Amino acid sequence: MVGRRKRQEKFVESRPQESGLRRFIRVFIGRKIVLFGLIVLLMFILLAIFADIIAPYDPYEINLDESLVSPAGSHLLGTDINGRDILSRLIHAVRPTLQVGFATICFAITAGTILGLIAGYFGGWVHMVIMRIMDALMGFPMILLALVIAAVLGGGLNNVIIALSIAMIPGPARVMCAQTMSIKENDYVIAGRSLGFTNSRLMFSHIVPNAFPPMIILATMNIGMVILMEAGLSFLGIGIEAPKAAWGSMVSAGQNYLRTHPWMSLPPGLAIMLIVFSLNMVGDGLRDALDPRLRGTL
Amino acid sequence: MITYIIRRLIQAVFILLILTFVVYGVMRLVPGDPLLMYMDATDIEALSPEALEKARAELGLDKNLAHQYVIWLGDVFQGDWGKSFHYKTPVLELIGERFPITTHLAVVSFFFSTIIGITLGIIAAVRRGKWADTVATLMANTAITIPIFWLGLILILLFGLYFEILPTAGYTSPTEDFWLSTQKIIMPCICLMIGSLGANARLTRTSMLEVIRQDYIRTAWSKGLKERAIILKHALKNSLIPVVTVMGLQVRFIFGGAVLVERVFAIPGMGRLLVDAVIGKDFLVVQGCVLVIGIIVVMVNLLVDISYGWLDPRVRFE
Repeated sequence: MVGRRKRQEKFVESRPQESGLRRFIRVFIGRKIVLFGLIVLLMFILLAIFADIIAPYDPYEINLDESLVSPAGSHLLGTDINGRDILSRLIHAVRPTLQVGFATICFAITAGTILGLIAGYFGGWVHMVIMRIMDALMGFPMILLALVIAAVLGGGLNNVIIALSIAMIPGPARVMCAQTMSIKENDYVIAGRSLGFTNSRLMFSHIVPNAFPPMIILATMNIGMVILMEAGLSFLGIGIEAPKAAWGSMVSAGQNYLRTHPWMSLPPGLAIMLIVFSLNMVGDGLRDALDPRLRGTL
Repeated sequence: MITYIIRRLIQAVFILLILTFVVYGVMRLVPGDPLLMYMDATDIEALSPEALEKARAELGLDKNLAHQYVIWLGDVFQGDWGKSFHYKTPVLELIGERFPITTHLAVVSFFFSTIIGITLGIIAAVRRGKWADTVATLMANTAITIPIFWLGLILILLFGLYFEILPTAGYTSPTEDFWLSTQKIIMPCICLMIGSLGANARLTRTSMLEVIRQDYIRTAWSKGLKERAIILKHALKNSLIPVVTVMGLQVRFIFGGAVLVERVFAIPGMGRLLVDAVIGKDFLVVQGCVLVIGIIVVMVNLLVDISYGWLDPRVRFE
């Protein structure tokens, strides 16, 4: 076992140098499951963009004559209590789901990066104040924090994004703070300071770029969790507002008809699982490709 | 060690102060008359303007936010957590009723997610690349992608409605009827623990794979020890360190999940109480729940940090 590992390492060393981008692509899509995740994710993105063309019916059109129709030829996944086509609502819910996921992660990572950067760079009481607040927010279930904030702000797509972003900030802030504290001890930062660079130049053009890979990994690893939380909020009725379609609220709407019409709750839940799974797999792939500690082993 | 614990306790108090102040501030951002958080709108309309002024002054609403927070805090320390305007009962009493229910669910879920998660992780690591590994890893990866409220519905559909072997809703105290209580919490607990179970399994597998490459494991093998002894005595303890680290996080997830699971299974626990209070803007109940959940998470994290010393004697408390 040990002997074989050694031989493998030698083989890696003797392999010709490959460019960063080529290695990235090779490692990223090297695992079949990651490639599968990527394809599924791309399909979801296409669904989000072309929802109006792909969806067979208007997702908001209420047709009480066709209430609770079972899955059949004209309505592939049946209809809900208001006679709205479930497949169309499923397709139209992809866009808000991805919007919430990506926007939340962007905001949370940006805010977390800035807070962590300031805390790590200046140290002292600034570090203490910022990081203690982050600790306090971390000491509480994220979904409950988002729940309280969303309830205060009053539902709706934008407010859900704000609520989830605030709940997500502590993680990135902690990682960024630790990164900054180790990077700022490097010679090139000290050299920059002795050359009289301003703090903001040192922070944003020297520290941030070097701390970026872990932040990207964190972002992709967390986006699935954000989508699960959004679905949870919508399930509780505090997320994306009706009549807009959201997977969480579709599951909730089907709960009352579970015995007689199980098709109402099943597809949205499967859709959530599929999208979270694909995002997690893409996140795993990105981590393998970007994590410097894995370089030379993959 | 003692000084470390004391310092951590002081830190914990600060964390709780910040947390409750943040939630206090956020809840007060609700547009509209803050009096609405203490009374029903219909009750307010019934009052004369003078009585309204008096009510405001009594509740301290004429003072600034920080001042009001300090008053609330003082009351809490004296055991007066305020009164819910929705239930018309003291907050402490409400929490006292609901808290044991959620704790029952949380403790059972936490116990099984730890045992099953770590076992799956060990099997996957020891049989790396074999079918057992594939199955365990696939299960773990699926477990962290399932929306737990949806899993709840699937379980109800399957075991409650189709096979009709488990009750689908409600809660019974184990002291009242242990067998019925256990039947009722099986499905909610599966939902609550599924995420932590997956996370524990993934983490144990990774960490175990790292540990079984170490020299002392090879030494143990060459001494002729049995596989069982090597894995369970030499490797497991060392590979548990990262797993214990995230246990504090698991408690957060379980209490967060309780909000969803209690809704699905119609369990009158803290999660339900909190959601109803948040939606109904029952301010003091929200504050009380936040404080209780905060205390639990902070305390569990403290226990986790202390247990490092037992798992890894190299850890020094400074």
